[in-house]
Amino acid sequence: MKCPPFEYHRATSVDDAVAALVAADDEGKILAGGQSLVPVLALRLARPAALVDVNRVPGLDELAVRDGVLRAGALVRHAALAGQTLHPLAAAAARYIGHAAIRSRGTVAGSLAHADPAAELPAVLRACDGAVHVAGPDGSRRVSADTLFRGALQTDLGDHEVITAVELPRPDAWGFAEFARRHGDFAVVSVAAARFGDRVRVVVGGVAGVPHLVTADAVDPGDVEGVAAAVADDVDPASDLHGSAAYRRALTRELTRRALGDLTGAASPAPVPEPA
Amino acid sequence: MRITLTVNGEAHRLDVEPRHTLADALREGLALTGTHLGCEHGVCGACTVLVDGEPVRACLMFAVQAEGCTVATVEGLAGPDGTLHPLQEAFSVCHGLQCGACTPGMLMTAVHLLAVEPTPDRDRIRAEMAGNICRCTGYVGIVDAVESAAATMAGREDR
Repeated sequence: MKCPPFEYHRATSVDDAVAALVAADDEGKILAGGQSLVPVLALRLARPAALVDVNRVPGLDELAVRDGVLRAGALVRHAALAGQTLHPLAAAAARYIGHAAIRSRGTVAGSLAHADPAAELPAVLRACDGAVHVAGPDGSRRVSADTLFRGALQTDLGDHEVITAVELPRPDAWGFAEFARRHGDFAVVSVAAARFGDRVRVVVGGVAGVPHLVTADAVDPGDVEGVAAAVADDVDPASDLHGSAAYRRALTRELTRRALGDLTGAASPAPVPEPA
Repeated sequence: MRITLTVNGEAHRLDVEPRHTLADALREGLALTGTHLGCEHGVCGACTVLVDGEPVRACLMFAVQAEGCTVATVEGLAGPDGTLHPLQEAFSVCHGLQCGACTPGMLMTAVHLLAVEPTPDRDRIRAEMAGNICRCTGYVGIVDAVESAAATMAGREDR
C-alpha cells in the first residue's frame, strides 16, 4: 500500500528537529533511514501527522573511538558500521542486518530507537553496556542500554526526543552468533558476548521483549558449556510461528556456546566473520 | 514539493507529494516504469535502484529525500544504441528471468555487487542476491547469469 499523508519537515539541525517534534505535538516521528518506519507506514500500522527527516542534519555521521568507546553519530548507516574495524563486534553483527540495500540506508540509531527484540544492534548495545545520547526540549541526556529498552518496540525515549549519537565501549574479547531462517532475516535467536576485564556480558536477542542479559565471571574455554547451559536456563522464550520455546532455548544454548567459543578462543577477537 | 534529481544522467524537476516514494516518482512522475513495485514495504527487492551509487529500496525512500541525488535505474543499463549491458545479456542467455517482475531489481542489485566485488563466487552471489525475491526461476539461472556476467566484465577490463 501507499503511505498515508503526512507533513514533511526536512530538519536543518538537531534543535530544529526537536522543535518540529514539539510543534507536531505527539503526532511526529523522526525519519532517519526509514527501513523500519516506512514499512510501518505502508502497512498503515501507524499514521503520524508529521515526519521530521534528519538525513540532512550536518554533524551526525561521526564514527570514531575515544577512550576505548566507539561513538557513532545518529546517521551512521549499517553499511558503515559493518565496514569499520574500530569495533569488530559491532561490525560482525551489522553484517547480519538485512541486505545491502537495507544497510545502505538503515541507521544504527534508528535500529535502537525501533527496538525490535530480534534485531542485532540492541543486543550489541546491551552486551557492550553502551548508551545513547538523546536531545529533547529540556536539553540532552544519556540513556544507558539497560534503561533504554522497555519492551518490544518500546523505549525510554520521549515523543519529542531524538537520538544524536550511540556509545559502544570496546570489549577486550567478543563473540557473536545468530540463526535466521534465511540470509538477511531477523534472527530467530542471536547472541552477543563481550568481555570487559574479568566480567562477561552475554545478551540473547529474540527470546524476550528486550535483549536478555546474563553476566558471568571470566569465562575460560573450559567454562563455555556450563555457562551456555546456564544462559539457556535463564531465558524464558515464547513460542511463535518461527519456533517453539524449547527450540529457542536450544538455539540459545548452542549460539551462546559458539559466541563464547569465539570470545574465549586463542584467536579472539576473531577476524570479522562472513554471515553464512 | 518541488524536487530536482538526476536520473540516468538526465536532470529532472518534478512536483511530488511527501508521501510519494522514489519508486512512485520514477514510475508516475518520470514514466520510467522499468523500476517495478512488488510488496511496497521493503521485502521483495523488485524496486531496487542505485542512489548516489548505493543500492536502495525505492519503496522505502520518499521522493523528497532524493532531492539533489543521482539515481540509476534499469533504463540506464543498455547503451544508447540499445546494446544490452553484460548483465542483461547474461540474464537473457542463462534464462535468469521468466515473468520479469523481479528482473529490474535483480539487475540493479547485481550491478552494485559486481561494482564492489567484481569476481564473487556462487555462495557470495547467493548471499548478496538474497534480498531480491523471484517466484519463477528457482534462482539457479540468476546465479548463473551474475557469475557469467562477472566473467565477461572482468575479461573486458583485462583487454
